[in-house]
Amino acid sequence: MEAFDYVAPRSLAEVYSHLGNGKRTLFLAGGTDVIVQLREGRRHCDQLIDLKHVPELMRHGFTSDGTLEIGAASPLAEIYEDAEVQRRLPGLVDAASLIGGIQIQSRASLGGNLCNASPAADSTPALMALGARLVIGSASGSREVAAEEFPAGPGQNSLRPGEILVQIKVPPQPAHSGAAYLRFIPRNEMDIAVASAGVRLVLSPDNSRIEDVRLALGAVGPTVILVNTNDLAGKAANAETFKLAGEMASAAARPIDDMRGGVAQRRRLVSVLTVRALNTALQRATEAR
Amino acid sequence: MRRSQVQTRLNGNDIDFLCEPRQSLLEVLRDELGFTGSKEGCNNGNCGACTVIMNGRIVNSCCVLAVETEGAEIQTIEGVAHGEKLHPLQQAFLEEAALQCGICTPGFIMSAKALLEREPNADEARIRHWLAGNLCRCTGYDKIVKAVLSAEPQLQEAKQS
Ligand SMILES: Cc1cc2nc3c(=O)[nH]c(=O)nc-3n(C[C@H](O)[C@H](O)[C@H](O)COP(=O)(O)OP(=O)(O)OC[C@H]3O[C@@H](n4cnc5c(N)ncnc54)[C@H](O)[C@@H]3O)c2cc1C
Ligand code: FES
Ligand code: FES
Repeated sequence: MEAFDYVAPRSLAEVYSHLGNGKRTLFLAGGTDVIVQLREGRRHCDQLIDLKHVPELMRHGFTSDGTLEIGAASPLAEIYEDAEVQRRLPGLVDAASLIGGIQIQSRASLGGNLCNASPAADSTPALMALGARLVIGSASGSREVAAEEFPAGPGQNSLRPGEILVQIKVPPQPAHSGAAYLRFIPRNEMDIAVASAGVRLVLSPDNSRIEDVRLALGAVGPTVILVNTNDLAGKAANAETFKLAGEMASAAARPIDDMRGGVAQRRRLVSVLTVRALNTALQRATEAR
Repeated sequence: MRRSQVQTRLNGNDIDFLCEPRQSLLEVLRDELGFTGSKEGCNNGNCGACTVIMNGRIVNSCCVLAVETEGAEIQTIEGVAHGEKLHPLQQAFLEEAALQCGICTPGFIMSAKALLEREPNADEARIRHWLAGNLCRCTGYDKIVKAVLSAEPQLQEAKQS
């Protein structure tokens, strides 16, 4: 591994004070992407800024209005082990608990998953489906973007120089709604998605009709894709409509052929995964929470 | 390159060492501190042979920088036995013949130890899920899972006595 400086600031202000000095900078959250990439020479830096000593980046909790605020560097295990998160946001737990194995989940963060910006990043479709917003900070203030505005290309996010991802905000979920995330991998665990789908379904008060569907697809384009599902609003919440949603997913997918899967296979997979995720979301929406 | 001084707790002992920021915990354990029990299989987070317990959670020590362990509490395979007395998991791995070449064994024992400390009655499905981050080229896993299951009562007995 090439040599670099390591700094472990204790506050956001201190993080920002290390930026803009001309040094090539990378951040260290759980390190499960960046340490491997540095070792393999796929990324280079002069300084590595460890984010894990900044208290705001390491905690999570629900605000009084029901928003889940997650510090960008908090380890996945701490989030999905939280009983309140499990109860309120099973669709997020689906994704957070299948990234890597337990060793990875002890360290890997949602912020790292988003910033690393793999098209196959598992938490990204789940967060988009839930309507998550991202708080981006810099020395000159902060801004917020929707999760779907964040990925900019394979391995590229839309942070500007001097900015870091500070927090992920998952808004309170609407009444009569349910969410789910599913992926296809050739093994049972520990692999990278060949295709994936995150959904959130909002039903009418009598649970019969769809009010809204948010659908995001992983590993079938240069970034995670949020699908336009406006045409599903008002339709019956049944198998026929879900099949239509699956077709919309196939049509929106822009897959490539690679070692993990082919174009036709991936188109078919996102359709099946979308239908299955909608079935789970429907079940969750109609169960008492 | 400037070396940093790091203070940490390793298997219950306060230690300090010098390292470069680019050195992994695994490298420092093995090459600087002489703790060669943790193994390097892949050096990229996939095999779990380098698993150690850091602040109560299992991590791949190849994916942790040694400088990150400042103030941390680390347990490695070297700290698992009590003197000559093997830990119930180590005993069970021997009795169930849960190893062949043995490269994966320290990682499996550390992972299983962390699991049984949280969930003393973990069932087979839970054990298999928990151990998914540990690979074994030799055994086919069944004997490993059996060993972990068979260590559960022993471990509870050991705790009570
Ligand atoms: C064995 C193994 C299995 C894996 N399995 C999966 C899987 O199943 N699904 C999956 O999606 N991923 C998987 N990954 C990839 C990785 O674990 C995830 O992407 C993880 O969420 C990255 O988080 P991290 O905290 O470790 O990020 P880090 O490696 O610490 O950081 C990743 C990148 O993001 C930047 N960054 C981190 N935090 C911030 C911030 N707050 N602001 C700005 N930039 C930041 C860093 O500079 C770096 O470039 C796997 C990795 C390994 C090694
Ligand atoms: S050597 Fe660390 S996971 Fe394989
Ligand atoms: S015993 Fe050889 S790898 Fe597991």
